[in-house]
Amino acid sequence: MIIEVSGLRKDFTVTTKVGRLRRERTVVSAVDGVDLVVGRGELIGYIGPNGAGKSTTLKVLTGVLTPSAGRVRVCGLDPVADRTTLARRIGVVFGQRSQLWWDLPLGESFELLRHIYRVPAAEHAARLRTCSDLLDLDGFTRTPVRQLSLGQRMRGELTAALLHGPEVLFLDEPTIGLDVLSKQAVRGFLAELDRRGDTTVVLTTHDLADIEKLCERLVVIDHGRVVHDGTLDALHTRHGSRRTIVADLDAPWPAGQTVPGAAVTAVEADGTRVTLTLDGRAAGEVVAALARIVPLRDLSVQEPDIEDVVARIYRG
Amino acid sequence: MASARVYAHVVRAQIRSQAQYRASFLIDLFGSMAVNALDIATVFVLFSVTGGLGGFGGGPVLLMAALSAASFSLADMAVGTADRLREYVRSGQFDSLLLRPLSTLAQLVAVNFAFRRVGRVVQGLVLYVVALAVAGVHWTLGAAVLAVVAPLVGGVFFGSLFVAGATVAFWWIESGEVANAFTYGGRDFTSYPVTMFGGWFRDLFAIALGFAFVAYLPALALLDRPDPLGLPDWLRWCSPVVALVAACLAALFWRVGVRNYRSTGS
Amino acid sequence: MSRAPLALLAAGFRRYSTYRQATFAGIFTNSVFGFLRCYLLLSVAEEAGSVAGYSGSQLVTYVWLGQGMLATVNSWTPLDLAERVRTGDVVADLLRPIDPLWTYLWTDLGRACFAVLTRLAVPLGVGAFAFGLYVPDDPLVYPVLLLSLVLAVVTGFACRYLIGLTAFWLLDIRGLNMVWVFFSGFASGLYFPLAVLPEWLSTLLWVATPFPVLMQSSIDIAVERGGLGHGLLVLAGQAAWALLLLWACRVVQRRGVRRLVVQGG
Repeated sequence: MIIEVSGLRKDFTVTTKVGRLRRERTVVSAVDGVDLVVGRGELIGYIGPNGAGKSTTLKVLTGVLTPSAGRVRVCGLDPVADRTTLARRIGVVFGQRSQLWWDLPLGESFELLRHIYRVPAAEHAARLRTCSDLLDLDGFTRTPVRQLSLGQRMRGELTAALLHGPEVLFLDEPTIGLDVLSKQAVRGFLAELDRRGDTTVVLTTHDLADIEKLCERLVVIDHGRVVHDGTLDALHTRHGSRRTIVADLDAPWPAGQTVPGAAVTAVEADGTRVTLTLDGRAAGEVVAALARIVPLRDLSVQEPDIEDVVARIYRG
Repeated sequence: MASARVYAHVVRAQIRSQAQYRASFLIDLFGSMAVNALDIATVFVLFSVTGGLGGFGGGPVLLMAALSAASFSLADMAVGTADRLREYVRSGQFDSLLLRPLSTLAQLVAVNFAFRRVGRVVQGLVLYVVALAVAGVHWTLGAAVLAVVAPLVGGVFFGSLFVAGATVAFWWIESGEVANAFTYGGRDFTSYPVTMFGGWFRDLFAIALGFAFVAYLPALALLDRPDPLGLPDWLRWCSPVVALVAACLAALFWRVGVRNYRSTGS
Repeated sequence: MSRAPLALLAAGFRRYSTYRQATFAGIFTNSVFGFLRCYLLLSVAEEAGSVAGYSGSQLVTYVWLGQGMLATVNSWTPLDLAERVRTGDVVADLLRPIDPLWTYLWTDLGRACFAVLTRLAVPLGVGAFAFGLYVPDDPLVYPVLLLSLVLAVVTGFACRYLIGLTAFWLLDIRGLNMVWVFFSGFASGLYFPLAVLPEWLSTLLWVATPFPVLMQSSIDIAVERGGLGHGLLVLAGQAAWALLLLWACRVVQRRGVRRLVVQGG
């Protein structure tokens, strides 16, 4: 297992003003007992609402933050004690923070990173070639980083994080603020990386399209605790993701009418359109029951949306 | 040595970045040299009132001021930019230093290396050499070694203060001016004979904080003069030990600080 | 018009009163430098009897009042005017019913009021406790000193405003700022009393430059150098510089705006 976390807790002391001069200190656990095991070559989505502890977890895993309690091993190393050794074996992209040299051309940043990570020139060149092909960097390697667009910069950051051939790649919101094309480029690149299978990827994101396209395994964290760890399908099942039926009717829906096996969640268009949420029963049974109550004109069955599922988990 | 080459690459990259702003560079170079000259001039304006300071004549006063200037400017060039830590902590950019396989402190000063500060080092060292020539140094083998080592040792001492002062930002971001009291304040203190100060303030700065070991005591050793304050003679050879202790404490403090880093600002 | 200055003054005061930690840090640092400089000058005075005519307690006042005024006049912190000129935000300021010169002035005076109560008062207290300040014979010195402090702040403000205005013409005002920091330190009497300098040089500084007005003037009034008569003369000089520089600000600002309009086409 390339990442092993058990009982991880990270506390912050928060000082709040009470009255004019008095200040009160309270301890807040940003991460509160997280257990996580990731195997080599996996790509996992680590998601949760703002302030759930996603970034904090990633920062502990990469050695940026010192954990308050718990055991953390990445590549078999303690991230804080073996920080510099670990740094050579992982790659990190924090969407909001740049790893590149602001005033230098992108290419020079790459060259500098080669020296910093002491990568043999040939290896470095080969990896740069691959990234450059997949991410289409050729147009802007001579541009100073400060003049790059966000999308170009993010492609640069991804390359920078991979040039030393890391075993694990940590990505914190890599698609945040990007235009549609850049998002597609980044997703395509990550999918390719996953397909090759020699890099483990831990991805946090708010973009549910990222998750649907990339992540087979999802870890959902809320209030500092893991609330789900499994596939996307398992998430749907477990959190009762429900299919809905929207039916257009030939006669108005009788007020207060119920349907066995489903809940009426909306009545619109003067009672001629009704939305039913299934409680797990087969759609056919419910449709049959529905048809016995009123004549149907049209009907559609909607699959559960991951956005709704996640929103439901977040709401508790 | 291999890692020295890595830092050299980082410093060269930083100089290349700065070269894009040539006018600012020249302004900073000459501006900081002028301010530095003003500090030395202040010593001599006070000196000119009676032709002596704290019981010492021109030679010793020049030697102490020059040794202080050389030490301080060396430290300032090497690690003076550590005070940029404040911005790194405030913005969370310190993350990026922690993510690279190098020492965070070394990266911080290498990434912010200010080549313009070389001007002050040259200024300080030239003054020091002149002072050694005219101050009437009692040349022995020990004195010769001390003469070479003293500015470096003083530089390590001031460097430790710069680092320790910057480290406070891990807990207290608005701390900038407090550190100045000990770095720039220390520079002012060491530019003059310790005998000019009095009371608990002298004990605190000269002995407890160790500033007497930067210029005053080494100058007494070089000149082979008795200490009017009556400190034992062997103490004046202890500057390297004091600097080493200061450096270790600063390094330890830095480590504790890094562990307290909260990485906010994202 | 009568309400606006007060409101701006209060806003400046309130804004700086929220920087509690920075205020504390500043007081601490000024006090350390106060001890340093005080011992140095007293040590020289002990040997020479006095330093350029200043006795021991006068030197104590010189040092601690100087440290307090450094923060009150605030010479070393540039106004954000230059930045607003550079970005063009100044156009919005010019559209307001009050000239930005007065907006900035009243806000800065509000800041100075807060600085007097904290960064001037506390170091003076420390100096008085640790060394003993000079006590003026003539109680009239106190109101004159108060006026003198106000004029010092106004003059310092006008200088910084002028420097900010040069951003209409200069791309990078850092060089000018550096020159300003150099002279506003040494020629205002921060490092040593100006009377220590050769007479031709100190006379030149007093007569031809506004720098002594920033600090040395008020200190000389506080320690009754040359008596109250001389003090009033010094005060008149401060008033003259303050008015002259404020007038210069208006003229230069008008030219700068015209340049902006012409360029904007």
